[in-house]
Amino acid sequence: MLFDLFREIIWSLAGNKVRSSLTILGIVIGIASVITMVSIGQGAQATIESNIQSIGSNLIIVMPGASRNAGPVSAGRGSAQTLTLDDVTAITTQINNINSVAPEVSRRYQITAKGNNTNTQVVGTTPSYLNVRNVKMDLGAFLTDQQTKASTKVAVLGPTARDDLFGTDANPIGSKIRINNVDFDVIGVTMAKGGSGFNNPDNNVYVPITAAQHFLSGNSYVSDISVAAKDQASMASVQQDITDLLLKRHNITDPTQADFNLMNQTDIIATATSITGTFTILLSSIAGISLLVGGIGIMNMMLTTVTERTREIGLRKAVGIRRIYINLQFLGEAVVLTFMGGGLGVFLGYLASLGAKDFLNLNTEISVSAIVLAFSVSAGVGIIFGFYPARRAANLSPIEALRYE
Amino acid sequence: MISCKNLTKIYKNGDIETRALDDVSFTVEKGEFVAIIGPSGSGKSTLMHIIGALDTPTGGKYFLDGKEVSKMKENELSDLRREKIGFVFQSFNLLKRTTVLRNVMLPLIYSGMSMKEREKKARAMLEYAGLEKKLFKNLSNQLSGGQMQRVAIARALINDPAIILADEPTGNLDTKTSRLVMKSFQELHKKGHTIVLITHEDEVATFAERIISIRDGKIEKDEKNG
Repeated sequence: MLFDLFREIIWSLAGNKVRSSLTILGIVIGIASVITMVSIGQGAQATIESNIQSIGSNLIIVMPGASRNAGPVSAGRGSAQTLTLDDVTAITTQINNINSVAPEVSRRYQITAKGNNTNTQVVGTTPSYLNVRNVKMDLGAFLTDQQTKASTKVAVLGPTARDDLFGTDANPIGSKIRINNVDFDVIGVTMAKGGSGFNNPDNNVYVPITAAQHFLSGNSYVSDISVAAKDQASMASVQQDITDLLLKRHNITDPTQADFNLMNQTDIIATATSITGTFTILLSSIAGISLLVGGIGIMNMMLTTVTERTREIGLRKAVGIRRIYINLQFLGEAVVLTFMGGGLGVFLGYLASLGAKDFLNLNTEISVSAIVLAFSVSAGVGIIFGFYPARRAANLSPIEALRYE
Repeated sequence: MISCKNLTKIYKNGDIETRALDDVSFTVEKGEFVAIIGPSGSGKSTLMHIIGALDTPTGGKYFLDGKEVSKMKENELSDLRREKIGFVFQSFNLLKRTTVLRNVMLPLIYSGMSMKEREKKARAMLEYAGLEKKLFKNLSNQLSGGQMQRVAIARALINDPAIILADEPTGNLDTKTSRLVMKSFQELHKKGHTIVLITHEDEVATFAERIISIRDGKIEKDEKNG
């Protein structure tokens, strides 16, 4: 019996190859497009998130505020030189719940090495920068406390800066670079972080902060102070403590007149989350519409064959085949079509996602929930619209079904 | 073999009642070749649907082979149609894009019979119905009208039914093919099959040995032919 049923299903589907393959095609395209869309979307989201993570975790950045000389005219945020190494020491020693503190003196300089020449960000900092900003070393070592104390003229290159100055993947350790006409020894190369844009950390050159102050900026101010809080929970209290401490140190009583700004990574994440949220909504809508269109396609395919199939059902009933077998056959046909289409669609969607990664250089993440959702929606639509009209036809009397126009 | 007692069939369409059959009684014995003739709207198709267990009467009783069909449930009706009745339709009703052999085997699926046996039986029936052997593997839609009707006759015969019911079997055929098909019905009759034929053409009815005329849901005449 089961074997007969199976054979009827296969014969019926194989007997009408055009109808079967068009139905399968509809399902394949619906499912594959949803899976591809969602994996591209999730990949993009993951890229944005990892870019934000690459800044460093639980990071608070203290920046100089606008310089005000008792008047309404502001010279712009960050323009003032109000933070010093003493502030850094005070934060390090007096604030609880922090992991590390790294001051920075950064500015763009022209750098030359062996006739190559580039213009990039030179960051004067301390060894704790490594922890605060999640920097990892590829070659050599990062700056040491000893070098910071002694204003040693050493430099650590970001991989892009290294590529520009010494050629791709060269080992520059032991070579000299010339920053603003001062020679620095290269002692290390950092690992690529994959950030991008104007402030690409891979393009930085790191030198001891004291060396940057003595030989490059010529004063004792710092451009900003990066503070890594112990954990996410202590961010708010640390931020408050730093504000209080600096207000006190700078003799400012009115917090609105503060000559510094605090920015934390949570703010950045919040912004980014709202961006990726919009992104997710956009992609979900695209996926939803593809699913809807695919579903309607499947529905149409299934419904347009009803007339012809109703007469077939009438004939089957007239020659004495029981209703249950007719129902089972049509259910089976719908299941076989949707599962074949579904399987192919998942496979194709998977390939397309991998293809987008390899050929379009998009970061894609294949999402199991998208596969399950796309598959179950199209299988549901296919089975309902394949089976329901057939069931209705099988409930008609054989004469009515035979005469169906 | 067939025994109809006071059959009535009333179709309701809103408030309007149509009495398609009105107190029809007759019997058909085993081995008879009966033509039921009448103009369209006379109720002959309704009668044939009831005899064929495709429909149930509103009133009256219908016995086939001693069993009361008018009381049967759906599955019993299905089984009865499969085992006792062979249908030949005006529009042939073959499965398209399906081979001749598979069309003939259709009533045998879910019967538990092996494929080999089914095919053997189908071949035998097709030969019996007079279809050329080279056409057995053709698709049904590649055949001519006469050939299609022979396939339909082979399908009707495959379960060795008690009666063969033919509903306007020549309605879609030209005169020459009609005669050939009617001749094959006559041959089946000679071989001992019971045949009930529905038609509106007097000429077709003359092939039968008994003619029942129906008009307005009632039997008008019931007479031996010739």
